[in-house]
Amino acid sequence: MRRREFLKAGALVVAGTAAAASGVATIADAAAGKPELTTLRPHQGETLLAMTRRIFPHKQLDDAPYWNVVRDIDTAAKSDSSVAKLIAEGIESLDAQGRRFIELAEKEQTIALKRIETTAFFQKVRSIELQTLYSDPSVWKVLGYQGPAYKYGGYIHRGFDDLAWLPNPPESASPKPA
Amino acid sequence: MPRYDANDDSVVLIVGSGAGGGTLANELCRKGLKVVLLEAGQRQSPATFRNEEWFAFNQLAWLDKRTTSGTWRIAKDFPNLPAWICKTVGGTTVHWAGASLRLQEHEFQARTHYSGITGANLIDWPLTLAELEPYYAKAENKMGVTRTNDIPGLPGNNNFKVMYNGAIRAGYKTVHTGRMAINSRPRDGRSACWQLGFCFQGCKSGAKWSTLYTEIPAAEATGKLDLRTESMALQIQHDDRGRATGVLYADKDGNHQFQKSRIVCVAANSIETPRLLLNSHSTMFPHGLANSSGQVGRNYMRHTTGSVFGVFKQPVHMYRGTVMAGIIQDEARYDPSRGFAGGFELETISLGLPFAAAFLNPGAWGEDYTNLLEGYPNMAGMWIVGEDLPQETNAVTLHPSEKDQYGLPIPNVHYDDHPNDLAMRTYAFKRGAAVYDAVGATRTVEVPPYPSTHNLGTCRQSAKASDGVCNKWGQTHDVKNLFISDGSQFSSSAAENPTLTIVSLAIRQADYIADQCSKREL
Ligand SMILES: Cc1cc2nc3c(=O)[nH]c(=O)nc-3n(C[C@H](O)[C@H](O)[C@H](O)COP(=O)(O)OP(=O)(O)OC[C@H]3O[C@@H](n4cnc5c(N)ncnc54)[C@H](O)[C@@H]3O)c2cc1C
Ligand code: SF4
Repeated sequence: MRRREFLKAGALVVAGTAAAASGVATIADAAAGKPELTTLRPHQGETLLAMTRRIFPHKQLDDAPYWNVVRDIDTAAKSDSSVAKLIAEGIESLDAQGRRFIELAEKEQTIALKRIETTAFFQKVRSIELQTLYSDPSVWKVLGYQGPAYKYGGYIHRGFDDLAWLPNPPESASPKPA
Repeated sequence: MPRYDANDDSVVLIVGSGAGGGTLANELCRKGLKVVLLEAGQRQSPATFRNEEWFAFNQLAWLDKRTTSGTWRIAKDFPNLPAWICKTVGGTTVHWAGASLRLQEHEFQARTHYSGITGANLIDWPLTLAELEPYYAKAENKMGVTRTNDIPGLPGNNNFKVMYNGAIRAGYKTVHTGRMAINSRPRDGRSACWQLGFCFQGCKSGAKWSTLYTEIPAAEATGKLDLRTESMALQIQHDDRGRATGVLYADKDGNHQFQKSRIVCVAANSIETPRLLLNSHSTMFPHGLANSSGQVGRNYMRHTTGSVFGVFKQPVHMYRGTVMAGIIQDEARYDPSRGFAGGFELETISLGLPFAAAFLNPGAWGEDYTNLLEGYPNMAGMWIVGEDLPQETNAVTLHPSEKDQYGLPIPNVHYDDHPNDLAMRTYAFKRGAAVYDAVGATRTVEVPPYPSTHNLGTCRQSAKASDGVCNKWGQTHDVKNLFISDGSQFSSSAAENPTLTIVSLAIRQADYIADQCSKREL
C-alpha cells in the first residue's frame, strides 16, 4: 500500500489509490479510514495510530477503527488546547527515547508504552480509545456483539435462549415465555 | 399540573424522584396531600432512551464531581465516580436491573446477630420484618414483582442457562430467574419484557418498573403533584423552634427559589441526602441539620460486590435479554462458619461490549486484555451482592475546598473495606468461579467492584437518637417535620438488592405522614 500525504493548511489530506481519491474506498485500502486531522500534525496522527494499535491490539481489525480513535483525539485536541499540549508533549517524549516510536518493532512499542502507562498522556489516549473503539459498530461485528436491539424487537424472538450446549433448566426455575 | 405558590406552607416538599421520592410522592398525592417534587435532572422517556451504553450513561447518570478516599479499589479505578446513580426524573430506577428481594428476618437485627466485630458500628433496625411485611406485599404488587402475586417468573436467557447448570453441578439448590420488577406478562398498562438486554440504559419497552413511568404519572393524574425538574435543592431552612420551613433550590435557569412547606422529605440517594443535610448547617445546627448524633453521612454502605465472568468454548451471547436474568440464593443465609458475618446473593449480570471493555479490568491494556475481550461472545457473567458492615469512618463528608456549579462543597466518599467484607468477597469469588468451572469454563476472571450502584446507611434509622438520624418512620430525631425517604435510612445493608425495601419504607412512611397530618401532629 502506497500512501502519499499532503499537508494543507494544517490538515492532513490523504490521496491513496484512485478508488479512494474518487471516494470509492475498497476494503484492501488500509488508508480508507484515515481521517482529515484538524489539529494534530501527520506525524502525531501516525504515532497515535501505532500507539492505539498497541494499547488495544486486535489482529482481526484493520486500521480504520483505530483511525476513528485518532480522529476523536484530534477533536478533543481541537476543542481543548490543554489536551493538544498533552498529546504533543507526550509524543515528543515517546520519540525522545532513541528512535522515533513509529520506527520501533511492535514488541518494543509495547515496552515503551509500559514505561509511560501512568502518565496523563497515556491515560488520555487510552480512555478516548476505550470509548471510541468499543462503541464502534464495525468493531462489534468483528468481536461478536450485536449492539442496539430495540429496532429489531429485542431478543425475545432472536435467540435470547438459543444456547444448546447445556440442558434447559426446568420450568420451575425458568418458565416459558408468554 | 398544579403550580403551588412559593408561600404555600401546606405542601409536602420531596427532594428526589427515584425509588423513594417518586413512590412517596404518588402515595401522598393519592391520599390527597399537595406535593412539590424537586428533581435535579431532566425528564426523559422510553422514546428518548437509547440502546447505547455510553450515550445512556451520559444522558442519565449523576456526573457532578465527587471525590473519593479510603482503601476500596474504587478510589483508584474511579476516583471521581464513587457511585453509579442517576440524575433524571425517576432517579436510579431508570438504570436499575429490577431485582426485588425482601430482607431476611435476622438482617433487621445486625447487632444482635453479628455483635463483637471490631470496627463495625452495628445496630439493630428499630423495625422488624413482621412490621414491614404488609408493605413488602404492597410494594411487590405495585411493582409487579415476578414470583409474587401469581406473576410467573421471567424466561431464563443464555446467561441464566450457564448459571443454572453450573450452580446445580456445584451443589446449589435455590436457583431460578429471580423476583424481578419486570413484566413477564403485560401488566399495569406496560408490555412484557422484550429481552432487549439494555435494562441499565433505561428500558425502552417499559416492561421494567421505574417511577418515571409508573408512580410519577399516577401522581400527576391525581392533580396534586407539582413536579419541578432541573431543580436542585441547595439548603433546607428552619425557624427558631428548629422546624423545617422549606427548601432553597436552584431552578432550570440557575435562579434561586425558596419553596415553603409543611414537611420536607429527602430522597436524594445516600450521597446527596446527607450532603444536603450537612450543607444546611446554621447557627442552631452548626454540624448540619438533624445531626446532633454526628451520624449524618456516616455508616456509608455499598454492599460487598464484585463480578465473576467465565469464558467458554461455545457461544453464550450473555448480552441477549434481561441483565439480571437469574439468581443463586443459597449463600444468602446466616452462617458465620464461612468466616464472615452476613450472606451474599449471586445474580447474573451482562455488560455490552463498550462497558465490558471499561469494567472487566479497569485500567488494563495490551494483548492479555484484548485476548480476554475477544472471548466476549462466549462469556457468561455473575454479580456478587453481599452484606457489608457499617463503619463510622466510612462517610460522606463535605470537601474542604472544592465547590460544585452552585457554589456548594462537593461530597467526598470515604470507604475502607472491612476485613469481613474482604473475607466475603474472596469466598464469593471462589464460589462464583466454581459455578463456571463446573460447566467447563476455559477461563474465569474476578472483576473488581463497579462504582456503587447500591448506596445506603448515611442517615440511618435507630431506636436511640444518639445512634442514628431517624426513627422507624424515617422521621429525623431532631427535626420533627423532616423525613429521610430513601436508602440512607438503612440501619444495615443486608444481602439483598435494596430497592424493594426502599419502596416499602416509602409506602409505610406515607401512611405515617398522612396519619400524623390528620392528627395535627405535623
Ligand atoms: C446499574 C444499576 C442497577 C441496579 N439494579 C438494581 C436491582 O436490580 N435491584 C435493586 O434493588 N436495586 C438496583 N439498583 C439500585 C437502585 O437503583 C437504587 O437502590 C434506588 O434507585 C435508590 O433509590 P433512591 O430513592 O434512594 O435514589 P435514586 O433512585 O437515585 O433517586 C434520587 C434522585 O434524587 C435526585 N437528587 C439528588 N440530589 C438532589 C437535589 N439536591 N435536588 C433535587 N434532586 C436531587 C437525583 O437526581 C435522583 O433522581 C441498581 C442501580 C444501578 C445504577
Ligand atoms: S430486557 Fe426486558 S427489562 Fe431489560 S430493557 Fe429489555 S425489555 Fe426492558
